[in-house]
Amino acid sequence: MAKGDKDKAQFPHRHLLGIEGLSPEEISILLDRSESYVEQNRRTDKTTPLLHGRTIINLFFEDSTRTRTSFELAGKRLGGDIINMSVATSSVKKGETLMDTAMTLNAMHPDVLVVRHPHSGAVKLLSEKVNCAVINAGDGAHEHPTQALLDALTIRRRRGGLNGLLVAICGDIRHSRVARSNIHLLNTMGARVRLIAPKSLVPAAVDRLGVEVFHNMADGIQDCDIVMMLRLQRERMSGNFLPSIREYFHFFGLDYEKLSHAKKDALIMHPGPMNRGVEIDTDVADDVGRSVIREQVEMGVAVRMAVLDLLALNPEYGGKG
Amino acid sequence: MADKTAYINARLLDPATGLDETGGVLTDGEAISDFGAVLAKKKDAPKGAEIIDCGGKCLAPGLVDMRIELGDLSATVSAAVSGGVTSAVCLPNINPVIDDMSVVEFVARRARKLGLAKIYPYGAITKGLQGQELAELGLLAESGACAFTDGTCAVADAQVMHRAMSYASTFGLMIVQHPEEPSLAADGVMNAGETATRLGLFGIPAAAEVIMIERDVRLAELTGGKLHIAHLSTGESVEAVRRAKAKGLTVTCDTAPPYFALNETAIGDYRTFAKLSPPLRSEDDRQAIVEGLADGTIDAIASDHSAQDEESKRRPFAEATPGGIGLNTLLAVSLELFHNGHLGLLDVLAMITSKPAELMGLPAGRLEKGAPADLVLFDADAAWKVDGDNLVGKAQNSPFDARPVQGRVLRTVVDGRTVFEAE
Repeated sequence: MAKGDKDKAQFPHRHLLGIEGLSPEEISILLDRSESYVEQNRRTDKTTPLLHGRTIINLFFEDSTRTRTSFELAGKRLGGDIINMSVATSSVKKGETLMDTAMTLNAMHPDVLVVRHPHSGAVKLLSEKVNCAVINAGDGAHEHPTQALLDALTIRRRRGGLNGLLVAICGDIRHSRVARSNIHLLNTMGARVRLIAPKSLVPAAVDRLGVEVFHNMADGIQDCDIVMMLRLQRERMSGNFLPSIREYFHFFGLDYEKLSHAKKDALIMHPGPMNRGVEIDTDVADDVGRSVIREQVEMGVAVRMAVLDLLALNPEYGGKG
Repeated sequence: MADKTAYINARLLDPATGLDETGGVLTDGEAISDFGAVLAKKKDAPKGAEIIDCGGKCLAPGLVDMRIELGDLSATVSAAVSGGVTSAVCLPNINPVIDDMSVVEFVARRARKLGLAKIYPYGAITKGLQGQELAELGLLAESGACAFTDGTCAVADAQVMHRAMSYASTFGLMIVQHPEEPSLAADGVMNAGETATRLGLFGIPAAAEVIMIERDVRLAELTGGKLHIAHLSTGESVEAVRRAKAKGLTVTCDTAPPYFALNETAIGDYRTFAKLSPPLRSEDDRQAIVEGLADGTIDAIASDHSAQDEESKRRPFAEATPGGIGLNTLLAVSLELFHNGHLGLLDVLAMITSKPAELMGLPAGRLEKGAPADLVLFDADAAWKVDGDNLVGKAQNSPFDARPVQGRVLRTVVDGRTVFEAE
């Protein structure tokens, strides 16, 4: 993409803290810009100097290899200086660490902070204390906006759009920020969303978010265009929310039998990392005809480049495109 | 200062007797020596008495707040008198815990020294508020504990609660429960429902409250003990207490202003000042609480004052300490019940004067010759806007920050001395 292209639409927000509240136009700006980076990432020479001289800090209060690496790669391909900071969360005074770290980093004049935190709302709290753009890379069970965007980009490239699609999101909705961001994005873009999970993993009043809730895979998947599986955290598996892995897989794991209820060409998605044999059968996950799980990872880098580009160079907030 | 002070030309209100007339109060030293229409005018005041013209504003017994967290004592009593509160009962969750006679005496003595609001302590039900071994309820009562509670912790173990109520009833003592089944509240940080789900915060189901109440009502029935349920926040809870009262059990309850004036949406975008325990509930629950106040199911209103510093509140929502200050705004927010037509002025005042005083057995909350001259003068209609940064007391964590309210304290009198005067 040409530097300084004034015709390009700008994203009218300083931060990207969540999908909720974004308009269809704003989401389209993000997706269109992402699209332009997919090609760049497939070239031999993948780097542009667009963010030359800009500092991006990956601030992770929670372990993550994929998302952090994806942002790191995105920053590097745009020519920015990107550094990783992992903050131990074992300390009792987590909140202090958060605010102290925010103030410390702010003093170093970063242009973008990419933040992941185990508590819902923590990224927003931090964004109020710093003078740069903040990207939410996942906060508690609240939102993970770049994940929803990369899912949307993947679907859009395969299906030409999102409007009118029937999408099933299956698994641990209660603890999932991916589910929440996807619900908001898909609803905003005109898709219909179904949630499928045992009742112990469905949060209260979730139907008020504009979704249909199912507790049976066959019924929920019926005629779906897209089947999104969620990762089941290990600590939820044994006796706390669910009796056993075996039982969970039997009723809610995605295998060919359950998948047969979806549309014949339904796409299978998963935000990764997968628990094979827990929420998804290994053959289904690797089905090249149906599974777009690896493509999601590829789109992730493009989406994060777009978000970094749009926020770091946002002229409304002092960035120069 | 003259020994005698005449507060004349007031709208005199005494909720205990239903008195509402133009009149005044004469104080002699620390006590009320006379009151009523006989003191309406300047000429009615005895010679040599200092005269304070109330300008037709409301003069009532000083407010009685039956539940506060003590926090920093001097900041708390200053906040109290700025809100017209002249007597308050503090939870035993201080350091050291009020589970020993010496602490009961210590708290009351320190508060007396400051000469502002009078502080009376609750005693702990269990040692160290651990919910296991009974504290010395009888001895604590003898040394001045008004009633017994484990503060913001529920007595979760049914057997411990059973024994506490049974033992307390030996001496006619009241057990006050924080109604929340802890295993259901678990990792919850706000009311379970749409807002929590949107924010990705784990919910405390409304049922966690009524389940505990219904268990305790059964125990009250079983033991014949006096049970008081603190800060009702749900419609189901009101219904459960209504049924218990209809059955003739000695069960009483209170609520706090956040539960009839706010709902869960006050949390908005992770506002930690609105993180309370019990959590703010749904709008339906809020309306049910108002109804419970209007029909008398709910006996009293307590402020639930809990001062928290910035470090405890400027945190991710799940990590922030629950609690909000309430002494400063107790009168103004309670008066919304009057201004909105749910309760009469005297009925609202009774909830924050005579009724809590009666529940706690305090010599306060009513106009009586010979009683301590604890009074509040207020303008029931004056409008102002709550500004957390500028409330008296150190803490700023008001869940009512920026709320427009009506009802302003003009003067607070404790033992015949003016201890607060509005600028």
